[in-house]
Order: sequence, then C-alpha cells, then structure tokens
Amino acid sequence: MTAANRPRAVRGTEPSRAARGTELARSARRIELLFVLAAAFVVACAEAIIEITRDNKITSHVATYAVVVLVIGLVSHLATRRLARYADPLMLPCAVLLSGLGLVMIHRLDLGLAQEAAENGTSYNGVAAASQVVWAFLALVVFLVVLFVVRDHRVLSRYAYTLALIGLFLLLLPAVLPARYSEVNGARIWIRLAGFSIQPGEIAQIALTIFAASYLVAKRDVLSLAGRRVLGIDLPRGRDLGPVLVAWLISIGVLVRDHDLGTSLMFFGLFIVLIYVATERVSWVIIGVGMFVAGCYVSYQLFGTVKQRVDVWLHVFRYSQDEGYQMAQSLFGLGTGGLFGAGLGGGRPELVPVAKSDFILSSFGEELGLFGLVAILAVYVVFISRGFATALAVRDSFGKMLVTGLAFSLGLQLFVVAGGISRLLPETGLTTPFLSYGGSSLVANFGLLALLLRVSDAARRPPNVPPSAVTTDSGPVPVVASGNPASGNPASGGPASGGRTDPASGGDG
Amino acid sequence: MNRPIRRVTVFVGILLLAVVLNLNWVQVIRADSLKDNSANRRTTLDQYKRQRGSIVLQGSGTPVAESVPTKDALMYLRHYVAGPEYSAVTGFNSLFYGNTGIEAAEDSVLSGNDDRFFVQRLTNLLTGRDTRGGNVLLTINKQAQAAAWQAMGGRQGAVVALDPTTGAILAAVSSPSFDPNALSSHDANKIQAAYKRYNAEDSSPLENRAFDITFPPGSVFKLVVSAAALKNGRKPDTRIPAVNALTLPGTTTQLRNFGGEQCANGKTDTLDHALTISCNTAFAQLGMDLGTEAIKQQAALFGIDDNDFTMPLRVAGSSVGPIVDQAALAQSSIGQRDVRVTPLQAAMISAAIANHGTLMQPYLVSKEEAPNLSVLSATDPQVQDQAMSSEQAEELTQMMIDVVNKGTGTAAQLPGIQVAGKTGTADNGPQKADGSYVNPPHAWFSGFAPADNPKIAVAVVLENGGVRGNETTGGLAAAPVAQAVMKAYLAAIGVK
Repeated sequence: MTAANRPRAVRGTEPSRAARGTELARSARRIELLFVLAAAFVVACAEAIIEITRDNKITSHVATYAVVVLVIGLVSHLATRRLARYADPLMLPCAVLLSGLGLVMIHRLDLGLAQEAAENGTSYNGVAAASQVVWAFLALVVFLVVLFVVRDHRVLSRYAYTLALIGLFLLLLPAVLPARYSEVNGARIWIRLAGFSIQPGEIAQIALTIFAASYLVAKRDVLSLAGRRVLGIDLPRGRDLGPVLVAWLISIGVLVRDHDLGTSLMFFGLFIVLIYVATERVSWVIIGVGMFVAGCYVSYQLFGTVKQRVDVWLHVFRYSQDEGYQMAQSLFGLGTGGLFGAGLGGGRPELVPVAKSDFILSSFGEELGLFGLVAILAVYVVFISRGFATALAVRDSFGKMLVTGLAFSLGLQLFVVAGGISRLLPETGLTTPFLSYGGSSLVANFGLLALLLRVSDAARRPPNVPPSAVTTDSGPVPVVASGNPASGNPASGGPASGGRTDPASGGDG
Repeated sequence: MNRPIRRVTVFVGILLLAVVLNLNWVQVIRADSLKDNSANRRTTLDQYKRQRGSIVLQGSGTPVAESVPTKDALMYLRHYVAGPEYSAVTGFNSLFYGNTGIEAAEDSVLSGNDDRFFVQRLTNLLTGRDTRGGNVLLTINKQAQAAAWQAMGGRQGAVVALDPTTGAILAAVSSPSFDPNALSSHDANKIQAAYKRYNAEDSSPLENRAFDITFPPGSVFKLVVSAAALKNGRKPDTRIPAVNALTLPGTTTQLRNFGGEQCANGKTDTLDHALTISCNTAFAQLGMDLGTEAIKQQAALFGIDDNDFTMPLRVAGSSVGPIVDQAALAQSSIGQRDVRVTPLQAAMISAAIANHGTLMQPYLVSKEEAPNLSVLSATDPQVQDQAMSSEQAEELTQMMIDVVNKGTGTAAQLPGIQVAGKTGTADNGPQKADGSYVNPPHAWFSGFAPADNPKIAVAVVLENGGVRGNETTGGLAAAPVAQAVMKAYLAAIGVK
C-alpha cells in the first residue's frame, strides 16, 4: 500500500504518486502480455481443432497462425509498452484474439470452398487467408504509425476540418465513381483499382468521428441553447439544425445511391449520439431518430431497390433460392448449429455466400453454436465497455467525445452485422470488426484501436506525467519526472472527472 | 458529459441484448424447423458422413444398393449394383433430388437416424465408432426380377409378381428405367444433367409404372366381374346372354366383340367360355345384370377401392371410377371407361384367386436390420380380405386355366406346369372423331402358376403393345413376359 517499501520508489516530494503510476503501468502491461499469449494459444487451438475435425491430422498451419498472431500481438504490445504504457490492458488482447479467430475461420472457409469446388468438379484457389495475413501485418504497421505519430489525441482536433474533407471524400467516392469501380454484390461501397478493392467507409468513419467530436465540442454551448419547449422537451433552436440536416442528407444519400443501409445507419446513428453526448439534450435524439425513420420510409416508398431488400428481409424463405439465398443459408447455418454448434471444421459454413466477409459471424454461429457465438460477442462487449470506461475516465471533452464515438460505432456496427445475419435487421454490406476478411476493414479497426489506446493512455496516466512523455520501463525519463511539480497538481488536471480511477485498477486506489 | 455517455453505454448494451435474444430465437427455438427446411442442404450433406445401410435381396443375400467408401469429401458413394433393373424398387439417393423408392420409404433405417438406433448411437458416441445405417432386406427374387427385366427388353410397361400365399413382392419392373447411379453420384453437374435428360424423354423413365401409374385394365377386369357373378349364383356352365352387338342403354352406341366376332351361337354363351374367348358383349350384359353395387363391392374386395396405400412404397389407388349409368356399367364391366388399376393391383387380383380367394397384403420389405445385423423388424404376412370363397376361387381358377389352355392366353403356357391367367387389351388415350383410338391398346396379362399349388402370381402391362380389334394380341404380347417370369421363379424354387 505504501509506496515507500516498493523498491523502485522515486525520491522527491511526490514519490508515491509517480511510483504508483509506474507500478500501475507495469501491471497493466503484464496483464496485456499475458492475455496476448492466451489469445495466440486460443487461435492455435482453434486451427488445430479445425484440422483434426477435417483431416484427422495437424499441419504446420497451426504453428503459422499461432506465430502470426503472436508476432502481431507482441509487436503491438511492445509498442504500447513504449508509447502508451498506461493504456487499458484488455483492448489490445481482445483485438488480437478476434483478428486471430477471424484468420482461422477465413482459412477454414477456404478449405470448405475448395472442398465444395472439388465436389462440383471445379477448382478453387483459396488464398483469402494468406492475403488476410498480409493485411494483418499492414494493419499492424498502421497501428504502430498512429500510435507513434499521434502522441496526444487532442492534437487531432486541430485537423478536424481536414479530416472531415478526407472522410466525406472517401464516403462519397464510391457513389460518384462509375459502378464498375465501386459496385460489389449490388452495394456501391467499394473502390476497385488495379485488382485491389477497398471499402473506404470504415476509414471515412474514423475521420468523420474525429471531426464530429471536435466540431461538437466547439459548438456544444450553442447547440445546447434551448428553443421552444414542447411536451416537456426543450427543442433546439431552428437555426442550429443545420449540421443535423447535412448529416441526414448524407446518410439518406448513401442509403439511396449506394443501396447501403448499414453505412447510412452507422453514419447517422454516430452523429446523433455525439450530439446527444455533447449537449445532453434528448430532443436531439428524438429529432434525429424521427428524421432517419422518415427518410427510410420515404426511400422505401420511392425506390424499388430499398423496397425489394425489405421484402426479401420479411419473406426470406419465399426468396430462398434467389435474393434471399444468402440470408436463408445463414439462418440454416445458425439453426443447424443450434446450442453447441457442429464443432470447428464440422459444419458447412461455406454454403453461405461471402461467408468470410459479411457473414463470418454466422460461420461461428454454425460451428460454435449459440454458446460460442455469444462468447465471441462477449469479447466485443469487453472491448467496447473498456472503450466507454475510457470515455468516462478521460479528462478532456474532445477525448470523451472521440472515444464515445469510436466505441459506439463499434457497438452499433456489431449490432447491425449480428442483427443482419440473424434477420433481426435487413442484411447490410458491413463487415464484422476485426473478424471479417477484408483489408480496409482490418486496417481501419487497428487504426481505431491505436486511437482508443492513445486516449486510454491519457485517461489512466497519473496527472504529474505530461502526455508527451517518452516513458521507459524504469519510469518517466528524468527530465520529465523532475519537471514542473505544478503539473502534478490534480486541480490543474482537467475537469471534475480528472480524479476518477479506472475500474480495472481500482484495487490500487 | 458523463451522464449521457453512461446512457449511451446502456443503449449499446440493450442493442447487443436484442441480438443475443434474437440468436436464441434462431438457434434454439427455431433450430429444428430451420434444420428440417427442405432448402437446407446441410442435413443431406451430413448424411454422407455416415455409411448408409444396404438394400439387400433377402432370398439370395445380394445387395442391390450399398454405400462404398470414396476418397472425396462426401466419404461414401451410393452404388446400385444392377441400377436400372431395380430402380422401380430402390429409387435413388440423390444430393440434389432427395430420396425416392425404398431409399425414401426406409430412409430412417438406412441413414441410421431411426429412433430404434438410439442406444446404439449412444454407445458409438462413447466408443468413438462411426455410426452406420441399418440394412433393408427385400422380398424381391433375383431370378424373377432378372427374367422380368429381360423379357420387357426396354418396352414401355411394367411387371409385378407376388407370392400369392404371403403377399411378398417377388418382382417389380418399370420399363424403360433410369440408372440411379447417375442421380446418386457426387458430381453436381452430372446429377443435374442426368435428371434433365431423363425428365426430357418421352418414355418418362423416372415414373414408377409398377406402383405409381394406373392403366385401364381392359379384359383383365372380367376376372372381377366373373368373381361377382359366381358370388351371385352363376356357375361356370351357366349360360349368359352373349349377343353379337349390344346397344348401350340410353345411347345409340353399339358395343361389339373384337373384330365383330360372334361369341358362341350369337345369343348365349357359358360363363366359362365367355371368359375363355373374352367375350365383351357377354360381360357387358353380365355386369349390367349384376348391378353397380355388386361390381363395386367385388372390386373393393380385391383392393380396388380408390385408396393409396404403402407397402412401404406408395401405391396409387386403383378405381372403378364413378359408374353413373347402365351404359357406364356396361363399359366398366369390360375394364374400360373410368376403370384404372396399377400393375400391382392387377397382380393382386390373380394372387387372391390363386390363394383360395384370400387376398394377402402386398409387401416389399421382409426385414429391417440394425448395423450390427440384429433384426429391428420382420414382416408377418397379413390377410387383407377374403375376396371370394374357396369354392368360387376354385371355379374361377378352372376358367382361367381354360383361358391359357384353349383361349386368348395360350402364349403363357409352361411345359409340364399348369398356368392360369387372363389377357387384356385396353383402349386408351385420345380418340378420333369417329370414336376410334389414336394409339394402339395396352396389352395385359394377369395370372398365376402352378394352378393347383400357386407359387407366383404375375401381372404384365405393355403400354400400347396390343393390336386393335384382336384380343389374342394382348395375349401374344404380354403373356410371354409373364411366362418368362413364372418359369424363372419356379425353376429357382425347384418346382417342376
């Protein structure tokens, strides 16, 4: 309890606080390392089970995937040790575990598709898993770059408008491009160039989240001003509706032009939630939901493609041989999997078209059953709840908004995807974060992870350590540690939430 | 700002809870209906992981369908040893088109899903052994089946043979036929191509003519009318009206004998002789004299009662049709108008007469075996009905002997063995303006042997195999097929 009897206690007037911060950081990184190793072990086991189930023998793939996951996990772990040593210890292992499991399932689907092709007398050159490995390393690089370049998340708000332009450009580009460069499976959410296809939506989303967080923090006072009071709710002033209208128009445009309910819902949902968090006014939520529902209803009435999607969604078994084939197959897989699943490698998840990107959760549902699928959702819940905990803990408004936005968009995306495969919602073209096949998604999500860790590092850093500090294993570098003691004053640490201790480290407090 | 963040957290929690609840709905509550949905191929694909049981001929122990291990992912390939010859019985077991025939009717045993295997499945689960399917043993006689298949020689029609004393089906051939191997392979393209090809053929090889299709029986139906007559006081030597041309009541249509022949003296004929030469006017008048009710009752006693039944394959219901007036009754009495019977039903008529008037329920499966060869069930022969008394059956047998010895069915004779039977020539299909038929008539034979101690009853139909205006042609076309089947079977069981 007392810092004095700890061997590495730092001398000076504030020894206990600095020492405790170092100790906290160290234990967090130890936990992280442990869970990263555990994640690699789970991934290796999953691959081994698949190979035993399918061929009764274990190949070198088990080692390969274990090593890939281990390398990505350890490198990013070393990076957080150096660059974000106070950051939450659970988010990185969750991300590594999910990407590893995704990799194994993509490989398993490759095997299944190869088998199906052999039965049909055709051939299938399944290299999706290999290309996903390449993308995973690229995602690692992006993770490292973001963590290295963005030393203080508050800096990002300076580039808010630049990022907004980039985000909008990426979001609208597929809709503007000719269909042959942008359309895959009827949804125009791709950029296809020179054999590469990337889905810019998720990268755009991160950029727009940063913009929205910064913009709303700046404008929150104005937006909070009450207009008229109707039915006990303070309505915002009419002249402040502008930003909401713009967001609404963009999301409806995406829905109609790209046939993409998922991105549209994600984009608008995110914006409304951030306005609500910034202003604490329920009226914004009511206005936003009302506008979105109205927009959807009008597009349903006006546009045949939207109507058809809804019709297929409502009567999927009537279309089980054509438009509803994918959804029906997904439901068959989930139903056949039942409570316990067919076992990894024991089902036929490859019967679901594009199982490895949009419908990878239904592959898990088929082979791991309801229990396994819920366990995977639980990993996401851990990840997302650590995100919200960070939002509560971080001291600056921009950080709060940014992390809330990122965590919420992950949660909403998971809801849309998991609801889509089980027919709670119409199917969308969205990918499952970390799990799904697809380079842009993996890269975007590792970038998002780096941002979350960066903010988390700031949130959990003891107040006397400046954000730009380069820390080493033995603690803050001397210059910083012996620096201005005034910065260690909790009163200057930020708003009221500054003293909040993170739940995970509550034992140390 | 923390209060709205907490609310957003709760909101995300609610969204994910909704997803989990919905997953419970899909994966638990609706799981069975999704699993059993016909568009769900997973269950079918799963079955290929288990070795499906064999379909075996009980008498000779010959397998006609068995699953052999393969090197591809489906693990077992269904192999039909003498494919087309047995396809009317076995049906097929196809990745794309499901199961038919015994493969469908006995699927739970063959696939190993039968509840009676529960204990064994549990043991296998614990010992880690693969579960195999059970075997189905058929009553089909190898020699009789081969003879029937060869005698048909690809002509359109069907043959069904029964053991008259038990009802066991000894032979069942539908011709032309399909090769179930082509529909049960692991090559999706080949399966679909074969199915399309079979479906496109005019001769409809996928149809099961032995059990699924009903034909007008023509003069074979005179056996039913004769039975009714004997039951109503007529004797084989009773003289019944037999004019040269019978004007159907209420019409100007004249019903004549084949080729306008005279049956006896042009006025009356004995019942025995009328059957021997298959006199149409005599039987049309006899039917009208006996009345609709008597004919319907007698037909029902032989099994012609409009109802489908299973044995365990589905057999289409045979019918005398709605006999609306005397004219219809006259035409029905010679097996025309709306009378329709399956080849199996035609064999059942002869079998009942052969078995002293007692009709046995036909059956195709003699035993079901568990994978460890223990018997799951064995079929006991069951009496279906007493179609006629033993004495009347004796009298009718004598009349049928006359048909074969000196009537229209001489082509069915066997050296040293007395055969009894009846020929038929049934008009069918579209008619021209003058009432004559476009296609040649169906040729029929239904009979049994040996007449004094019947071992086999056979029915043969050759679609459009007769020649109009000549009753003997039915006999000439169909009787030799029946003769070949009887000869092969009696030789196989050692009757000389």
